Amino acid sequence: MAVLETQELTYIYSAGSPFEKVAVDHVNLKIDAGQIIGVMGHTGSGKSTLIQHFNGLLKPSSGRVLLDGRDIWEDKNKIRDVRFQVGLVFQYPEYQIFEETVYKDIAYGCRNMGLDESEIKLRVIETACDIGLKEEILERSPFELSGGQKRRVAIAGVMAMRPKVLILDEPTAGLDPAGRDKIITHIKNYHRRTKNTVLIVSHSMEDIAGFADKILVMNKARLFCFDDTVKVFGRSEEISEIGLDVPQITKVFTKLKKQGLDFGKEVYTVGYAKDLIIKYLRERGL
Amino acid sequence: MKNIIEIENLHFSYRDDTGNLSAEVLKGINLNIKEGEFVAVLGHNGCGKSTLAKHINAILVPTDGKVIVNGIDTSDDSRIFELRQCAGMVFQNPDNQIVSSVVEEDVAFALENLGVPYEEMRRRVDDSLKAVNMYEYRLHSPAQLSGGQKQRIAIAGIIAMQPRCIILDEPTAMLDPQGRKEVMSTIRQMNREKNITIVLITHYMDEAAQCDRVVVMDRGNIILDDTPKGVFSHVQKLKEIGLDVPQVTELAWELKNAGYDIPDDIITEEECVEAIKKLFGGKTIGSS
Amino acid sequence: MLKDITIGQYFPSSSIIHRLDPRFKIVITFIYILMLFTGSSVSSLAVGAVYTLMSVLLSGIPVKMFAKSVKPLLPFLLVTAVINLFLVDSGDIYFEWKFIKITEGGIDISVFMVVRIILLITGSSVLTYTTSPITLTDAIERLLSPLKKLKFPVHELAMMMSIALRFIPTLIEETDKIISAQKARGAEIDTGSFTTRAKNMIAILVPLFISSFRRADELATAMECRCYNGGEGRTRLRQLKSSPKDYIALGITVIFYAAAIITAHWLK
Repeated sequence: MAVLETQELTYIYSAGSPFEKVAVDHVNLKIDAGQIIGVMGHTGSGKSTLIQHFNGLLKPSSGRVLLDGRDIWEDKNKIRDVRFQVGLVFQYPEYQIFEETVYKDIAYGCRNMGLDESEIKLRVIETACDIGLKEEILERSPFELSGGQKRRVAIAGVMAMRPKVLILDEPTAGLDPAGRDKIITHIKNYHRRTKNTVLIVSHSMEDIAGFADKILVMNKARLFCFDDTVKVFGRSEEISEIGLDVPQITKVFTKLKKQGLDFGKEVYTVGYAKDLIIKYLRERGL
Repeated sequence: MKNIIEIENLHFSYRDDTGNLSAEVLKGINLNIKEGEFVAVLGHNGCGKSTLAKHINAILVPTDGKVIVNGIDTSDDSRIFELRQCAGMVFQNPDNQIVSSVVEEDVAFALENLGVPYEEMRRRVDDSLKAVNMYEYRLHSPAQLSGGQKQRIAIAGIIAMQPRCIILDEPTAMLDPQGRKEVMSTIRQMNREKNITIVLITHYMDEAAQCDRVVVMDRGNIILDDTPKGVFSHVQKLKEIGLDVPQVTELAWELKNAGYDIPDDIITEEECVEAIKKLFGGKTIGSS
Repeated sequence: MLKDITIGQYFPSSSIIHRLDPRFKIVITFIYILMLFTGSSVSSLAVGAVYTLMSVLLSGIPVKMFAKSVKPLLPFLLVTAVINLFLVDSGDIYFEWKFIKITEGGIDISVFMVVRIILLITGSSVLTYTTSPITLTDAIERLLSPLKKLKFPVHELAMMMSIALRFIPTLIEETDKIISAQKARGAEIDTGSFTTRAKNMIAILVPLFISSFRRADELATAMECRCYNGGEGRTRLRQLKSSPKDYIALGITVIFYAAAIITAHWLK
């Protein structure tokens, strides 16, 4: 059963003004529960507008968004509940931190849900652990932390609401490789433990190639493709044409194929590339 | 070729509120950069690379040691404007370095400050905008531009000073792939066509691979300083300090570890393709 | 989106009024204000009205835009007009009931006031509609530059003003983003009781302040890197050159002003 579904979803910015722009154009998609989905698209492709529909921050100009089969705008007084079920972490989320302690900031969303103190405490500690924050920093001011730590605090604030669907908009933007790996590892752990659906927006296939079940690509306000990761990588040339980064290793294998070395598989991680080459070399006794 | 930047035994610590020195951020850096070189400085966050960059045009001055840029000692207050004209700096966040609401006026900002006469200013502003390929946007507001375009405007604002050297502190960290390409190609062009020395602080390995020379920093020290090939052959060492290597380099390294005869200095896709073809002895494989 | 809102009220175009030197436009606006408040004869006000109409038409900006700028003030105008009407006690009495008196003077004052204020707003809108905020700032800086000798920080004020103008769209966009981010964490911004809303304002203002300070800090460094050293010895890319049309416009305005003074005396 699809946890999230859109039907002919269309969104027009500043309708009727000279700035009018169709940001999302008749998008139909179904996202299955429990998967990790990579969302890609260059700036202005409509991906950010799309994800803001999933938790009801934006209201469709036409079309519908269904959560567990129910239109989220069915009762617009309950839209806040949708935001608790579909958690959205914005780009550079550290800039939304405002409480005086890490604990309070992580608890902010839970407080808005109206949970009681003991439940909040439980959730804060649990998510802090998921995202790799030590308990002793919970009482510190978030503004004393490093950039990467602040970002994890902000992510934890959304995770603590225990959303069915967690959406992260470029969670690794601007981080160094170590910071990037750390965040990705923690998100993977969170997914493994909770089995909740996770959507990760990224510009770079390299970042999400290793662990996304499916990849959704937006281009010029339309859904370009939404398919299993392997199949999407089969279209890597088209994807690089619409201005997205394809992993270097995929480009190498595309070139090899053109030059007579066709490994017959889509390659997008270094580990897999190594195994594949070694397998073929052994078969040929090299 | 003469050195444009000479850094000698540079130590630096920030001062806390009470004026006491806190822990050392730079621990005795020695680095010479030649005129016209294109140098990348790599390192994880907090390794001191931005602090080092800020010493080159005297935003910071050494606690100990010396930084000489184009013959000017950065601790010489009387020549600070001469120094900053010679060594321009571009920062990470494009929004926080654009001063004016009109593109061409922003490019002119430094020239206005330096009191350049109108005719010359007009010419230099137009030339700089053309050099970064943003001339047709000269009357736009920066708010209407993409990140990559804003960053090119920031570069134009520096180029207008006719510097000998540009230091860029993670100029692409906040940009999308398109913006990164635009900015990298602009930087390369400045280096090639105007022979401007480039010091590029980055943590993108593919950007470092395009430079002439790569300097790797860790905990306030320089630990590697070589050509990109030379630096990326130290896969183990780079991984230990939390840095990546390009995927092709990593693949070659993995294959080498598995006992195959493959060069350890592969940094481009082409080199990698050739090396793999060589492993297969020129044979072809077909999946069908 | 908030950022689509036009900042300031500038309407880019190339009408004759758009092309006037902004320094002249400011001076002309001052003379215009004096003209409106010269005497209280119907004829002098009529001169002002003709002048206003002329400049509105020359600006090429739709008349409804001027109506838009007057509209928010209408309730305020009506209330003051009514108060004036009932409470001013001078000249012939037309109507009297308890403490309320409608007199000739009352009618005069309230009608004149309403017409004057409407003309004033319309006329000054011509200035702001035809001149970009940054050009205005620049012109003000130059007009005030003689005050530098009195140690008045003209350049510094103008620089602050122009940086503020530069960052308005950036900060609006940022505010938009922070509001969305807090809403995603369940903050009630446009619903809920006053206290929850007030509490949630903190969740928006704190991040906004922090980021503004960070921006200010980074901008200051970037400005230093580009040799900023205050107003001393600065040259400008933006050249303001007066041309015959500016003097002609000024001349016409002075003539109208004179006409207003003369008619006010003659027809009294």
